[in-house]
Amino acid sequence: MSSTWEIVIGMEVHVQPRTRSKMFCGCAIGELGDPPNTHVCEVCLGLPGVLPVPNKAAVEACLKTALALGCEIPRHTKFDRKNYMYPDLPKGYQISQYDLPMSVNGHLEVGGHKVRIRRVHLEEDTGKLVHAGDKLHKAWESYVDLNRAGVPLMEIVTEPDIRSADQARDYAMELRTLLRTIGASEADMEKGQLRAEPNVSIRRQGSEELGVKTELKNINSFRALHRAILFEVDRHRQVLESGGTVVQETRGWSEAEQRTFSQRSKELAEDYRYFPEPDIPPLELDPPWIERLREALPEMPAPRRERLVRAHGLPASDVAVIGADRELADLFEGAVATGAAAKQVANWIVGEVAPTGKLPSAANLGELVKLVTDGSITRDQGREVLAESVETGRTPAEIVAEHGFQQVSDESELRVLAQAVIDANPKAAADFRGGKKQAMQALMAELRKRAPQANPRAANEVLIRLLS
Amino acid sequence: MTDDLTRLTVKEAHRLLRLGSVSAADMVTAHVERIERLDPHVKAYLRFTPELWEKQAAEADRLIHEGESRPLLGIPIAIKDVLCVRGVETTAGSQILKGFRPPYTATAVQRLFDAGALMLGVTNCDEFAMGSSTENSSYFPTRNPWDLERVPGGSSGGSAAAVAAGEAMIALGTDTGGSIRQPAALCGVVGMKPTYGRVSRYGLIAFASSLDQVGPFARSVDDAAVVLSLMSGFDPLDATSSERPGMEVLNNYGAGVKGMRLGVPREYYDVKGIEPGVKAAIDAALAVLRMQGAETVDVSLPHTDYGLAAYYIIAPAECSSNLARFDGVRYGLSEVDAPNITEQYLETRRKGFGGEVLRRVMLGTYALSSGYYDAYYLKAQKVRTLIKRDFDEAFKKCDAIVSATSPTVAFPLGAKTQDPLSMYLCDVLTLGGNLAGLPGISVPCGTSDGLPVGLQVLAPQWGENVALRVARAYEEASQVTAQVADVV
Amino acid sequence: MLARLGIEPGDEAYYAEQLSGILEHIDRLQQLDTEHIPPTAQVVEVASRLREDEPRPSLTQEEALANAPAAVNGFFRVPSIQEET
Repeated sequence: MSSTWEIVIGMEVHVQPRTRSKMFCGCAIGELGDPPNTHVCEVCLGLPGVLPVPNKAAVEACLKTALALGCEIPRHTKFDRKNYMYPDLPKGYQISQYDLPMSVNGHLEVGGHKVRIRRVHLEEDTGKLVHAGDKLHKAWESYVDLNRAGVPLMEIVTEPDIRSADQARDYAMELRTLLRTIGASEADMEKGQLRAEPNVSIRRQGSEELGVKTELKNINSFRALHRAILFEVDRHRQVLESGGTVVQETRGWSEAEQRTFSQRSKELAEDYRYFPEPDIPPLELDPPWIERLREALPEMPAPRRERLVRAHGLPASDVAVIGADRELADLFEGAVATGAAAKQVANWIVGEVAPTGKLPSAANLGELVKLVTDGSITRDQGREVLAESVETGRTPAEIVAEHGFQQVSDESELRVLAQAVIDANPKAAADFRGGKKQAMQALMAELRKRAPQANPRAANEVLIRLLS
Repeated sequence: MTDDLTRLTVKEAHRLLRLGSVSAADMVTAHVERIERLDPHVKAYLRFTPELWEKQAAEADRLIHEGESRPLLGIPIAIKDVLCVRGVETTAGSQILKGFRPPYTATAVQRLFDAGALMLGVTNCDEFAMGSSTENSSYFPTRNPWDLERVPGGSSGGSAAAVAAGEAMIALGTDTGGSIRQPAALCGVVGMKPTYGRVSRYGLIAFASSLDQVGPFARSVDDAAVVLSLMSGFDPLDATSSERPGMEVLNNYGAGVKGMRLGVPREYYDVKGIEPGVKAAIDAALAVLRMQGAETVDVSLPHTDYGLAAYYIIAPAECSSNLARFDGVRYGLSEVDAPNITEQYLETRRKGFGGEVLRRVMLGTYALSSGYYDAYYLKAQKVRTLIKRDFDEAFKKCDAIVSATSPTVAFPLGAKTQDPLSMYLCDVLTLGGNLAGLPGISVPCGTSDGLPVGLQVLAPQWGENVALRVARAYEEASQVTAQVADVV
Repeated sequence: MLARLGIEPGDEAYYAEQLSGILEHIDRLQQLDTEHIPPTAQVVEVASRLREDEPRPSLTQEEALANAPAAVNGFFRVPSIQEET
């Protein structure tokens, strides 16, 4: 990247709020791969004579997101119709929000950089088109599946405040963490619950004017987001440096080819003829309602991460995992509150809990960490106990007692055991006495076979003492 | 004898059915016989629903036998072709919906079914309810039962004609700019448009969403009142429907007009193009109301002259969007074998929509397009505010507003089809009520040249009971009641 | 044409003439000063009508496609969406 160019990126992110039913009708939200047109009704099919009724949970998810992003919530909001005809849009218009969105003027801190949020509004998704046949062939046709039509979407739009591909990716990841923290969305990119569409442009360093932007679509992962922006920035630079001009257009990211390609430029010519949706009365955003939602918000990820570092001394690598997920962070702080050592708890969460995604209770994790730390059980036994505790909900102490996992650290018992092992393995014992330190491994293995519950560190010490 | 059953009001029929002197099946037979005799001339119906009436009549007779009483048990009704009925072909008078069978029933219709009504069939209307004469139906025009060479009014002309001709006891219509009240006036029956939001619009194929309302046609004010009360009330499937109790439309409506102040807007009284015979009938009606103890007072609706213009921006704008769903993808007429999707849209819509629909979609698309939005759509919405304020001011001086429903009596077929603006002017006295969301009723008030004249009563929002009270007092005192036309 | 109506070339003049008459009538609105008048989009005061997030049964695929002009394997079929310009 030439140092003479500055990258300017604005992001439009569509997020599917966590709801059981669609935005304007009672159809359940389907899964990817469901048979086509099985989560549809007269409303989301756009049959004549039917009417939309907005979903309260979607509205509240959008308001919570806006509050978490520090947005201003107006006293009133309304829905509007965005008119255009396309086979994946059953009514010939999309119900969206135009000049009175649900919120405006927020911000999100990303690695110390403030990204301003222009607006957060609510709308409905379109259906899916599947294309069939050969483009050159006469019988080329498309198939329409409306399972997704009418699924709620929040649209979160930033100002053009992002200055690099890294920052764009970090913004999207931070947004995901925030959405999960407040429970507004699962925000799973692979499932299409979070769709990031960056508007990319570049300009000469020091210039105040914005360059011509291109909007990137079809991005299915954070990695793809990063790569698509890098590709596009490079493309802009090459166009501009060779004396050309960037065409304002929508471009798709091809994962297979690792490049962007032109999708449509005619979009500019489309006149959406927005007007207020007459079928839905305006929404009054009563201050007491908004305050209730605000009070119910959990701690935001950024201050929480700060606390993980400040109060518990966790390293950045642990914070990256634990601070990215509200449930993990709750588990961490809960387990530490039982008196378990913070770093040990963090190790167990990062190493054992996070990869499985199956969470024990904070009390059980705290107890387990204490059992391992004080040497009552081994780390291997601890893993077994953890798995069983998650499975059954029983406490680690109960499980340890039942399995006889309790380690034997008693000096006299260990001495009897160690002597028996030495007697049974005279060669290894002689080797060790002769200076072959590795011979200890064979003796320890034999000892642990006979008595798995023996505390390894204590047993090791006893063996050395008997052999010296 | 059976023919007499087709002349009854709901109240009278209800008594006979309850006493067991006639059955619901008799009721159907009488109406079907009359329809077979008269409808080839009147052409009120597009389709008949024997599969429904047979089942519903049998069920009604069973319930009557068991001693159950429901307000419309055994009452034959007709439904305008814009209200969806599950499994019954519903086309909004348009070719584009030919063959469409909705998998749901409009809430207003369902509530009448639940009250025991029997559905005879689907009535003709102007395509997508756009028109004032039913000549814009893509199937055939309906005739006025009082003079077959004249129009029944519209857009709910089939429903009005069916009730006037004794081909149904009750019919449902919809009113966006006058489409219930104007044909009621021209056919000499009672027709009522409720307050916007009083009756659910769920299942009503939308013309202009912020103006449309469902309402009844009947041969007496009492019948209209009962049917309206049954349809009214909150529907979770319509976010614009009111939570007010439906039965409040009947509050005190039989109390008479003594002491009431009735406003006569000079802009309506002297509206351009009002026929002398119509004016004379209205003068006589005002005299009857005064004799009953009402006081008539002059009021003014100064923005009346702008109402039509505002209406012909707002309604087409909304319809241009509402009709975008007719794209030949999921239902209805389709040129699905067109070479590409754009061709499919163009061909489907050109073949499926009639001239008036095309005109209004063009007009509405234009009014909403960027560069024209402020000058047309936004301006019209602001004028809508002025018109609403006119009514608010007028209602400070009076309890209800009275006027002619239509400036003219029924006009000959074809008289206005070549000049859209002259057709639009038919609604000049009614569309203000839609723009302001008011309840309004048209009740027969005599004739001019042998053709019916209607008296319109408008009341403040949620004041259906006030409008019904004036209409009922007039009906009772004048002894002018809706008659059944014998046609041939 | 935004409205996708497919008016035939011969009919354009006919519609243009009728529409110009209507537009002429509509232009009288410009006589009114509405600068300080708020617009009315909805005429009765009903607000904040939200539904609880409770799923209700959808149509079956068969019901959903019952009125379809063309359906293939559970999908609605449409012609090519490639526009020929």
